Amino acid sequence: MTESSAPTTGLPPTAVDPEVAEQEDRKWTPGKIVLWAVIALVGGIAWAILAISRGETINAIWFVFAAVCTYLIAYRFYSKFIERKITRPDDTRATPAEYNNNGRDFMPTDRRVLFGHHFAAIAGAGPLVGPVLAAQMGYLPGTVWIIIGVVLAGAVQDYLVMFFSMRRGGRSLGQMAREELGIVGGTAALLATLMIMIIIVAILALVVVNALGESAWGVYSVALTIPIALFMGVYLRFLRPGRVLEVSVIGFALLMFAIISGRWVAESAWGAELFTLDRTTIAWAIIIYGFVAAVLPVWLLLAPRDYLSTFMKIGVIALLAIAIVVVRPEISVPAFSEFAGREDGPVVPGSLFPFLFVTIACGALSGFHALISSGTTPKLVEKERQTRFLGYGGMLMESFVAIMALVAAISIDRGIYFAMNSSAAVTGGTVEGAVQFVNSLGLMGVSLTPEALTTLAENVGEESVVSRTGGAPTLAVGIATIMNQWFGGPAMMGFWYHFAIMFEALFILTAVDAGTRVARFMLQDTIGNFIPRFKDTSWRPGAWLCTAIMVAGWGYILILGVTDPLGGINTFFPLFGIANQLLAAIALAVVMAIVAKRGTFKYLWVVVLPLAFAAVVTITASLYKIFSPVPAVGYWAQHNAFRQALADGQTSFGTATSVEAMEAVVRNTFVQGTLSIVFMVLTIIVITMAVVATVKSYRTRGVPENEDPRVESRIYAPSGLISTPAEKELEAQWKALPPERQPVRGRH
Amino acid sequence: MAAQALHTLATSLATAWRNTVWFLRGVLGADAYQHYLAHQARVHPGAEPMSERAFWKDRMDWEDRNPQGRCC
Repeated sequence: MTESSAPTTGLPPTAVDPEVAEQEDRKWTPGKIVLWAVIALVGGIAWAILAISRGETINAIWFVFAAVCTYLIAYRFYSKFIERKITRPDDTRATPAEYNNNGRDFMPTDRRVLFGHHFAAIAGAGPLVGPVLAAQMGYLPGTVWIIIGVVLAGAVQDYLVMFFSMRRGGRSLGQMAREELGIVGGTAALLATLMIMIIIVAILALVVVNALGESAWGVYSVALTIPIALFMGVYLRFLRPGRVLEVSVIGFALLMFAIISGRWVAESAWGAELFTLDRTTIAWAIIIYGFVAAVLPVWLLLAPRDYLSTFMKIGVIALLAIAIVVVRPEISVPAFSEFAGREDGPVVPGSLFPFLFVTIACGALSGFHALISSGTTPKLVEKERQTRFLGYGGMLMESFVAIMALVAAISIDRGIYFAMNSSAAVTGGTVEGAVQFVNSLGLMGVSLTPEALTTLAENVGEESVVSRTGGAPTLAVGIATIMNQWFGGPAMMGFWYHFAIMFEALFILTAVDAGTRVARFMLQDTIGNFIPRFKDTSWRPGAWLCTAIMVAGWGYILILGVTDPLGGINTFFPLFGIANQLLAAIALAVVMAIVAKRGTFKYLWVVVLPLAFAAVVTITASLYKIFSPVPAVGYWAQHNAFRQALADGQTSFGTATSVEAMEAVVRNTFVQGTLSIVFMVLTIIVITMAVVATVKSYRTRGVPENEDPRVESRIYAPSGLISTPAEKELEAQWKALPPERQPVRGRH
Repeated sequence: MAAQALHTLATSLATAWRNTVWFLRGVLGADAYQHYLAHQARVHPGAEPMSERAFWKDRMDWEDRNPQGRCC
């Protein structure tokens, strides 16, 4: 767009007068005072009840109140404070979406639509899994970390990364790291990102494998999503191009059919035989699927699967929120469980600090979001001030999803929770073994009976619920428990259980194929620096080779996890959290360097606080994993113990009952221990480079910024979900323009 | 009176439905072709825009080369 082609005179202002906006913000009418007093009061009461309640049960509605009231206050006051002191957005300045508008990835997008778009991109299975595993420590540690963590860390990261990426033409985190931290920091960030992609895809795939193992119903209905997606792809390509909503509704109906018919198939002899697969077979199926999906054209499989996943995401989360408010389940889990102060929790080992903070990453602080908040969303933002609503608000929404997952996990009986989440290594995978193990834990108020487990398995249409680790089956039981009280009764539990498994598998498989694809492009770009041919992404051999490398990376870890004699999830999950927090530390380090460059030293603590916390958590957790002498916690302690046992000629050790199993433990702990060391070294490098960059900019204040040059904006849109009176007035002025002078933009 | 109340209800339900469809289409990216047409009309007025079928083909080819990340 050239300067002369658009009318510059006679247009209404493109931003609310800063003084008027300030006045609107600061003016306290009686109505406003009452509203915020009520919010504060309800939130305070809810927190007090959560914190001091030591009664028999506690109602789940208090979790919702505590969360929502805290989010509202944080959004209204803390994010506003960050906006005023750090980001200082300027709506008279055009966003990349406006000045680079190409009608494709750069396009001004309505803030409400973009909020949904951004949320669908950041939220997946992560916030659903971590809180479930952390529930072994009781409800309070997880709740406090999810809510306080998002307010001070997660949402701050997402907001600031989004804002600074927007000021830099929508550059990616990797590019910003190179600019701000130099070549060493940038390379470390790139390496960390690639490794994190591998770990995240592997662990998420492991969650799916654990949910589908020995479950004919689950395997059948999740497998059906592939032909459904293929059908949708062909429909959109050849039959009715562009009818995305229509095909999504059709796909959703087919998905429901896949779940309902799953019961008939699983109950038939041929179905049970065909679809009951062991976990290693499913793992190989997912590895093959991951490779094929990443090299197929996107229109055939990836895009339709993404439509389906987005459609389900918004629907399911709304449904779950309504169900929790309607059913209001009573919760009998204690605030702090026996395992809050110990290191030997059977679900994920390790002490509360630091392992709570790596078990729950998504929902409180998720570094992975920085990849979406830079690069994708900033290219679609219409006005600078909207980043607070999109970045900070979007992350609050994900945190709420994590709270709902926590509520679902703690609304089931604790005995059942531990029977489902303790590894087969300790329960033996049998009902009797699980009952014996759980009752031997000496948990207050827990006495598990075999009938409780067999009845539950029958109700949800599974062979067994013992040692269904990974969080997804527990969450599915929790959701089924809540939903059947609202709708359908116990007869519907099987449907709700498999409905929950289905959408978790859908999110995860979407993350698996999209993650593999993105990682392949990153790898091709990196190798392309040495062998230019690889930069050409349409060059088949290069694409196939890079895809194969990435799939081999996560596939190897997946197979190790599936065959791990110690359980799999409990030994590998901490790596997922550490990797995610490491990426958060990188993102915050980049942001710290930028904020320092802008000369905002007085308020640098807003960034330093979450950065220091993420760094301490990542480094401490890594140190534990490397140096702890407790075998359940320290990878190398476990490694050496098993090596020693092998050297002594023993044929069984701990929960490993054969020499092969012992060798597997030695190998797995070696891989895990090595990854821990690499992650720790990378964190230290990146943070050191960020501190150097920050100190440098303190010495030479006003070093040139890497921001794109300012372009004058020619469009207007309000900044939050609800327009203020001044914003409404300005909107009306723009609407009153004759059609030929209306600005044209996307998604309206 | 009742008829009027019913009419008001019907109108607000219709608005809610329209808004929901608008929101879902936007989030899924189903409205991309309309945006393309608007964009073309502004940037290259007079030039013949792609047909809907050709546009979606081109868009998917573009997505093939520019993968969008999905988070955990």
